[in-house]
Amino acid sequence: MSKFKQKEKRTVPNPPSGSLSDIVFMLLFFFMVTTTMRETESKVMVRLPEASEIAKLERKDLTSYINIGSPIRSLQAQYGNDARIQLNDSFKTVDEIRDFIAAERDALSEADRSFMTVAIKADESTRMGIVTDVKQELRRCSALKIMYTARKPAEE
Amino acid sequence: MGRKTPEINSSSTADMAFILLCFFLMTTTMDQDKGLQRRLPPMPDPNQKAQDQKVNRRNIIVVKINSADRLLAGTEPMDVSQLKVKIKEFLSNPMEDPNLPEKEEIEIEGYGPCMVSKGVISLQNDRGTSYQAYIAVQNELVKAVNELRDEFAMANFGKPYIKCNEEEQEIVRKAIPQNISEAEPKDVSKK
Repeated sequence: MSKFKQKEKRTVPNPPSGSLSDIVFMLLFFFMVTTTMRETESKVMVRLPEASEIAKLERKDLTSYINIGSPIRSLQAQYGNDARIQLNDSFKTVDEIRDFIAAERDALSEADRSFMTVAIKADESTRMGIVTDVKQELRRCSALKIMYTARKPAEE
Repeated sequence: MGRKTPEINSSSTADMAFILLCFFLMTTTMDQDKGLQRRLPPMPDPNQKAQDQKVNRRNIIVVKINSADRLLAGTEPMDVSQLKVKIKEFLSNPMEDPNLPEKEEIEIEGYGPCMVSKGVISLQNDRGTSYQAYIAVQNELVKAVNELRDEFAMANFGKPYIKCNEEEQEIVRKAIPQNISEAEPKDVSKK
């Protein structure tokens, strides 16, 4: 009867969702490529010291980490809160660095061994005594390329 | 008549991908490690007699940090903020002061003869020095060298060191070497 045709439905049409999965897949691939699995659980509290003249670490795969700091809260009852050295997953003494470096070096290919870097991640309140011990031990194992990990100071 | 194969319902692929995505989002660590790179001196050979390395006294500046994080550069105590100026003066020696390091003419490939300072910075610390103070001093030393390199690059190539290409950076590095020696550990605190 009416002159104007009544539209059957007033709902907004659904946005096409066919390409949604493509978008998500693209994001997924991005994260899959950039991700590096965290192999070790940190057992020491490390607050890195500040430094402005820092350079990026070039090859992450050639780097071994030595963490130095006081144990995390939940382990303090067991280990006290003196600064400790953490290699891989457990607390170690200075003498065990030698085995650690040897193992890390063996894991690398022949060509890459001379580029191996040891990154020292020490808490800013650590005393230099323990760091010096570590450095001396590294010299003894002739792992001479080291890096003091630091963070960029907050912008003023 | 070929029958049409029914289409696979693909509406849930997005959900599956989301779950995977969430997993990688959680496990990913984007932070890149940054820091100060150093090369440790090799361990001296125990069989070899300790040779007296004849380094002229004027070519060495000793920077000491004691257990209270106080700083001594050369002969005078100073604050970390003053260290950079001191080191820059030490390494560049603009007035040819006989007390500051001598310079040696070195032929640099692709550049020509250049007066290179023979100055060495020797950094000594106590066992009780805090790591933070140590890094702060290391940072100042690197900053001094970097600024000198920037000045050299600016004067010769008209751009800061970072913007120079590989060969130019090599030249700058040779003209202004970074000679920081981390001395054998010593007990600085004498009672």
